[in-house]
Amino acid sequence: MRGFLIAVMLAASTCAGPAAALEAHTVSKLATGDSDEKIAAIGALVAGADPRAAILLQALADGELQVAGKRVLIVKSGEATDAATGEKVTPLPAEREDVIANNRVRGAVQGALAALKLVSPDRATRLAAAKELAGGADESVLPLVKKALEKEGDPAIRPLLEQIAATLELKGGAKESRIAAIRMLAQSGSSNAKTLLLSALEGEKDEDIRLAAQASLDRIEGRLAWNQRAGLLFAGLSLGSILLLAALGLAITYGLMGVINMAHGELIMIGAYTTYVVQNLFRAQAPGAFDWYLACAVPASFVVAAAVGMILERTVIRWLYGRPLETLLATWGISLILIQGVRSLFGAQNVQVENPAFMSGGIEVLADVVLPWSRIVIIFFALGVVALMWLLLTRTRLGLYIRTVTQNRSMAACVGVPTGRVDTWAFGLGSGIAGLAGCALSQIGNVGPDLGQSYIVDSFIVVVFGGVGQLAGAVYAALILGLSNKMLESWAGAVLAKIAVLVFIIFFIQRRPQGMFALKGRAVE
Amino acid sequence: MGPISSTITRLYGPRGWLALGAFAFVLFVIFPLLSLVVPAGNPLHISAYGVTLIGKIMCYAMVAVAMDLIWGYTGILSLGHGLFFALGGYSFGMYLMRQIGRDGQYQSDMPDFMVFLDWKEFPWQWWNSDQFWWALMLVVLVPGLLAFVFGYFAFRSRVKGVYFSIITQALTYAAMLLFFRNNTGFGGNNGFTDFKRILGVSITTDGARIVLFVITGAALIGTLLLGRYIVTSRLGRVLTAIRDAEARVMFCGYNTVQYKLFIWTLSAVLCGIAGALYVPQVGIINPSEMSPANSIEIAIWVAVGGRGTLVGPIIGAGLVNGAKSVFTQLLPEYWLYVLGLLFILTTLFLPQGVVGLLARLKGRSA
Repeated sequence: MRGFLIAVMLAASTCAGPAAALEAHTVSKLATGDSDEKIAAIGALVAGADPRAAILLQALADGELQVAGKRVLIVKSGEATDAATGEKVTPLPAEREDVIANNRVRGAVQGALAALKLVSPDRATRLAAAKELAGGADESVLPLVKKALEKEGDPAIRPLLEQIAATLELKGGAKESRIAAIRMLAQSGSSNAKTLLLSALEGEKDEDIRLAAQASLDRIEGRLAWNQRAGLLFAGLSLGSILLLAALGLAITYGLMGVINMAHGELIMIGAYTTYVVQNLFRAQAPGAFDWYLACAVPASFVVAAAVGMILERTVIRWLYGRPLETLLATWGISLILIQGVRSLFGAQNVQVENPAFMSGGIEVLADVVLPWSRIVIIFFALGVVALMWLLLTRTRLGLYIRTVTQNRSMAACVGVPTGRVDTWAFGLGSGIAGLAGCALSQIGNVGPDLGQSYIVDSFIVVVFGGVGQLAGAVYAALILGLSNKMLESWAGAVLAKIAVLVFIIFFIQRRPQGMFALKGRAVE
Repeated sequence: MGPISSTITRLYGPRGWLALGAFAFVLFVIFPLLSLVVPAGNPLHISAYGVTLIGKIMCYAMVAVAMDLIWGYTGILSLGHGLFFALGGYSFGMYLMRQIGRDGQYQSDMPDFMVFLDWKEFPWQWWNSDQFWWALMLVVLVPGLLAFVFGYFAFRSRVKGVYFSIITQALTYAAMLLFFRNNTGFGGNNGFTDFKRILGVSITTDGARIVLFVITGAALIGTLLLGRYIVTSRLGRVLTAIRDAEARVMFCGYNTVQYKLFIWTLSAVLCGIAGALYVPQVGIINPSEMSPANSIEIAIWVAVGGRGTLVGPIIGAGLVNGAKSVFTQLLPEYWLYVLGLLFILTTLFLPQGVVGLLARLKGRSA
């Protein structure tokens, strides 16, 4: 098949041949002919693939092409060049007439320009042109596409070109070339190819072509299904990482310290608003360094949320240790005050947090599967936070203290651990991580006073599902919940999936009230 | 003394009965008089708005008493009582929707939202919902059954404390999402509204309002007496013992699951009845009643009034909701601060609520 294609391309390239100057005949047809002649001329120009053809067509598209007597001129800011030879024309002829292009001609010009860009030495230009043509191209560009395909080595552009070529071959041409094109399309995984094959299958009478199209269609559908699964997996991982970030702080304050902090969501919200403030400061004070504002926002959101958390611990939560239901109510009150406070300060509307340039956009790993950079960064960010927290809890003195106080408060106090201060620090740590979660969330979602409310139920569920007092449990629980939520979403819709997960959790807790990774022994009661 | 008179003396002393009688007199005689007989210009006149507001607060007070039975006496904090309240409201709301008849916007026998969705038949859950008696059955059965099934599994596997609170919260949250959907047959976002009549009688007249008001007042007093009857009985003492030391009660040979299940289901049914009374007075029921925030607010009514007393929750519901309607009219942006501070200050400084504070002051002066 490939041999056949190369043969076709060779034929195309030898037919066109290198041309030193554009043929004067073609150029004058382009300038003075009627629409059909113009389009034919455009086709001829494209087939020639002369670099000057691009200039000429661009001039036509921009309305800079003029006719003076027999000569066709490109007039740009008062200077004229001959369209065919490229020589300067001085002085400017007095009698000139604009070349008019109707919509049909303009469409052809656009397609031809894109096709001509296919042979540009710049990779980005070629990629953009290939993408434009993949959206729909005129048959006249086929020879050029084949020519470009001959030279193209870039793995991102080549499949696109092959697809364009196959699409065009499919529209018309001999039976063999159409079957070859159908087989070629089977290698692409895009949904465009699928619709194309479907339409080819529809009106087709020839049995061979039908068979080939059906086989290709099956292959594409199989690949599309895999792509969809891959996309789902990524969405699940992404949701899992977000849940993990939201729940990690809670794994410390609730999981380790046993404090039911209903204001946890609001600490997340504070982290997001801190990011917003830092972003605004950077925009006002140092617009040049705007892309680096996150480097400042991440620590800032940690510090602000941790400070708020420590103040809360000192003033309210400290007095309620050992009374979980009262803690729940008091922290709910705190959350109401924080929400209203933010509303008074920043307004009830959502605020805009912009991604830095390196986090916007995404990478296309497979056809139709685009992974946004922001989500990828957040997945790694979540992993980083988990790793840091693990290090902190197992390798530092503060971590040691936190674990001792969790296991046996009075014994820890007896051997000289300042339990009161450790509580404050631990609560600050959990709150700070909530702030980090807020900073991350601000990059992918809306930032508003109600931001935290939507995460509080989820994050409690992650902690409870994973098992209280277990960091690893929280990680697994977040991933499982994220993935299962997205899987269910794909066949039941977002709301029903959420309900299903909640109902599942309700049953799960009844079966295993201590979570997946239960503490064993005396620590349970 | 016969069993009835001994029950009467057990519930309240002479002063208690006198206070209750005075309360009933105000609700059943003075209030209707002030609303219906006293002309509108008179400063003593109570407007339709006032009647509805106090009727609404009495519904909340019923919920608060129900919450107190389960939280204050048995020590189980439910964060899902708004769900039972809303279920009662929805059960009765569909009857009210069908009473609209062909007076709706689309002049159809079906409720407007179903016409809008192009439904030709009622979904299964609204079978027979045009019958008043069936609606009343649903009001009791739906919250009761849900609570029974949920409670059976939860208590049997000994889910308690905060875990129980969180799964009840998840339950009401899940139900809210379900009811928000248009295709589940609960009216979606808007819920049920635009009611016109009840048993064929228009509900917008002053007379109908007062009748609903008096029924609500009677239900509240009934709830109070029932609660009093329970907490002064042996059952009530077992419940309190479960709150204070469940393990010990179990070791004494009591099956705590049955006790908890009974009071939990009863509490849910009371909430459902309150919801059914709430809907015709307020004129709307929608899924936001099931939001977790609403259910937590119920707990603060009880906490402010005083847990472990039955009068406390009624006072608490009155105070908090009275304050809420004042603030949302005059200073809407400050209401959340006040509510938040209420949560914090009551838990920190008023563990016994207003009733406990009054008792302490009285004890000090005496």
